[in-house]
Amino acid sequence: MSTLVGAGKLIRLILRRDRLLLALWILFVCLVLLSFPASLREVFPTAAARQRYADNAAFIALYGRLSGTSLGEFVAWRAGFVPVMVALIGLLTVIRHTRVEEETGRRELVGATVVGRHAGLAAALLVTFGANLVLAALVALCMVSQHLPAAGSVALGLELAAVGWMFAAVGAVAAQLTTGAGGARGIAVAVLGAAWLLRVVGDASGQADGGLSWLWWLSPIGWVQRIRPYGGERWWLLALVAGCTAVLATVAVALSARRDLGAGLLPTRPGPASAAAGLRSPLALAWRLHRGLLVGWTAGFAALGAVFGALTGGIGDLQRDNPSLQDIFARMGGRAGLIDTYLAAIMGILGLIAAAYAIQATLRLRSEETGGRAEPVLATAVGRLRWAGSHLVFSVLGPADALVTAGLAGGLIYGLDTGDVGHQLPRVLGAALVQLPAVWVLAASAVALFGLLPRLAPAAWGPLAVCLLLTLVGAAVQLDQRLLDLSPFTHVPKAPGAAVAAAPLVWLATVAVALAAAGLVGLRRRDMPATP
Amino acid sequence: MTNAIDVVGLVKTFGRTRALDGLDLTVATGEVHGFLGPNGSGKSTTIRVLLGLLRADAGRATLLGGDPWADAVRLHRRLAYVPGDVTLWPNLSGGEVIDLLGHLRGGLDRGRRDELLERFGLDPAKKGRTYSKGNRQKVALVAALASDVELLLLDEPTAGLDPLMEAAFRDWINAEERARGRTVLLSSHILAEVEALADRVSIIRAGRIVESGTLADLRHLTRTSVTAELAAPPDGLANLAGVHNLEVDGTRVRFQVDSPCLDEALRRLTAVGVRSLTSQPPTLEELFLRHYQTVQPADAAQGGSRAGVSR
Repeated sequence: MSTLVGAGKLIRLILRRDRLLLALWILFVCLVLLSFPASLREVFPTAAARQRYADNAAFIALYGRLSGTSLGEFVAWRAGFVPVMVALIGLLTVIRHTRVEEETGRRELVGATVVGRHAGLAAALLVTFGANLVLAALVALCMVSQHLPAAGSVALGLELAAVGWMFAAVGAVAAQLTTGAGGARGIAVAVLGAAWLLRVVGDASGQADGGLSWLWWLSPIGWVQRIRPYGGERWWLLALVAGCTAVLATVAVALSARRDLGAGLLPTRPGPASAAAGLRSPLALAWRLHRGLLVGWTAGFAALGAVFGALTGGIGDLQRDNPSLQDIFARMGGRAGLIDTYLAAIMGILGLIAAAYAIQATLRLRSEETGGRAEPVLATAVGRLRWAGSHLVFSVLGPADALVTAGLAGGLIYGLDTGDVGHQLPRVLGAALVQLPAVWVLAASAVALFGLLPRLAPAAWGPLAVCLLLTLVGAAVQLDQRLLDLSPFTHVPKAPGAAVAAAPLVWLATVAVALAAAGLVGLRRRDMPATP
Repeated sequence: MTNAIDVVGLVKTFGRTRALDGLDLTVATGEVHGFLGPNGSGKSTTIRVLLGLLRADAGRATLLGGDPWADAVRLHRRLAYVPGDVTLWPNLSGGEVIDLLGHLRGGLDRGRRDELLERFGLDPAKKGRTYSKGNRQKVALVAALASDVELLLLDEPTAGLDPLMEAAFRDWINAEERARGRTVLLSSHILAEVEALADRVSIIRAGRIVESGTLADLRHLTRTSVTAELAAPPDGLANLAGVHNLEVDGTRVRFQVDSPCLDEALRRLTAVGVRSLTSQPPTLEELFLRHYQTVQPADAAQGGSRAGVSR
């Protein structure tokens, strides 16, 4: 056990560094879940209404298949996308405390003290496992407080914890493979994406009595959803996930023991001995730094657009035989209106995801600054605005590229489905594009923080979390409109159904420009690197 | 224009810490100027002000005849900088970084680039994340030295280099840069390096220049160490002004003497009769120690906190 010496101290170090982050995401997930029982009970009071609502291709893709019509099962089904979020957080947390530490050289500093070879990996995994257990307990408490059965509430909590554990272990394996944290994140997120797609295809095929329904067996997300909280819990699936987690963790430890500190298992290739003719400007440098991110996000948005486009046609089936829904949808404009509402909602979600990309691209400025890589560039004949502008090109156009890709993929596939590509493609593309001004507002708030309060730059994720919360739970719990108005996405026209008014878009763009300008003025005046 | 750098009364504070406290610095065009001081004394802060990266709170700085803050971009075409802590982009090769920084400055001499790579034994095809500290330093050095500029700002440029590479760096500065007449501001805490390279030296302590001048000027301020075996016990040394730390052991004496009094001290030794004599010439080391050993405890504590600020 000498390889684990010092793990306890490293756990305390991780908890000290992440105390706010851990608390915030656990709280966030709990709030999302807490909002479901009361609102769902109200809108879908009967078993038939719930079943009909869930028997829909789009929702099967998003949330999985409904196992039973009790309120608990309905809530667990409606929370079907939460496991993906928890899995993502789990793998990012582990990579953050393993490969990132190694890449930055901090692991070396720690590793030379009385710390065992595997203590760092063990500490990162144990913290993530523990955080997921805390999440499970809190989720169970939240659900019991909403008068749902205790056993099912515990199962729902453990469902989330189990998927968090599993992908923490996936992150641990990925962290052994590459020398760069970005590559490790890419591998782990790709595994998560594949697991999600396998579940989607398996469930969609199962609904249609297709031959591919067995695919969910290959997906850990499929496993945890079939634990069926509140519907005769299958506890043994937890053992399956825990077993796989243990195997993956063992693999990670074995891989870690076979490699050198700082090295990955995948070889690093040498680069060119001199720069290509194109690599001569700040923009060319920014392209090199951003292109991996751009390609990854574009591919992700293409897949999302295609999936949602393929599911759009089935959305019209939602309203059959449900008087209360029929009433609502009649006011929305019948079947066509329903599809338009669905598209607007989906595009709103895609807009929020694109905003995450915009913030990530913007914060690259800050990491270049704190990493000491901005200084040598700014010591050349490159002014601050030109340097910042070269990165902001990607904050502005990157999300645009992602949304256009999603709009084209979704519009094309939905158009082929209905046989009128010429009509649907521009409509869906337009619905994607109207999100952009709201996306830019969030990117610009990151620019403002970076320029004016650089040490608080990571707080740029705060507005996105608020917008996400307002979108996910705001309408369901009928929040005050003034509160909803805080989110720029509230002001986006509900295209393609509603007429696109120019005024809100112009206003959003103006706010974005003003915020970005304030940030850039601050950047021109402040010290580089920013001093405490 | 005779001075490449002219700094008067520069003040820079970080919160409650006064990193630069009325700093004056003059670097003549074409000279190699040693900028000497311990960690956290304000060397990097000064250079960052000269680069227009940090904004001074008070004082005036002129760099190549311009204002380093307002004219930053224009001035940066004429200078190259090696940061004290070199970090590279993990996915760019060393050769790419050298070429990119050269182009961003406005020009790179291919011949000199290749010669420098050869002299420093640097493989330009490796990715940034795989270089050791010394090799990252070499990437930044090659990028700066191969640039077509008139001023080099080098912040502890040999940190992390092995002794052979340090020698290669010294040879290059003494031969190539002097021949080219480029101005060099060389910050360092390595005294031998500054002694070997610099025409003039400024010593910084706690954000202030405490000594400045040519090496010959500064040697006037230093003391020669003398050890002698005499024919008889010494006479008249103890009351001679300028003699310090006198130790007498029968006929053996050891003492240090200020350079202006050396002549008189030797006269008194030879008056008694000298059997053997060793003397050590003044080094910057001593000068350095004299300045830093007399640091008051409060100052020392401040210096420690500054180390964190200016990295």
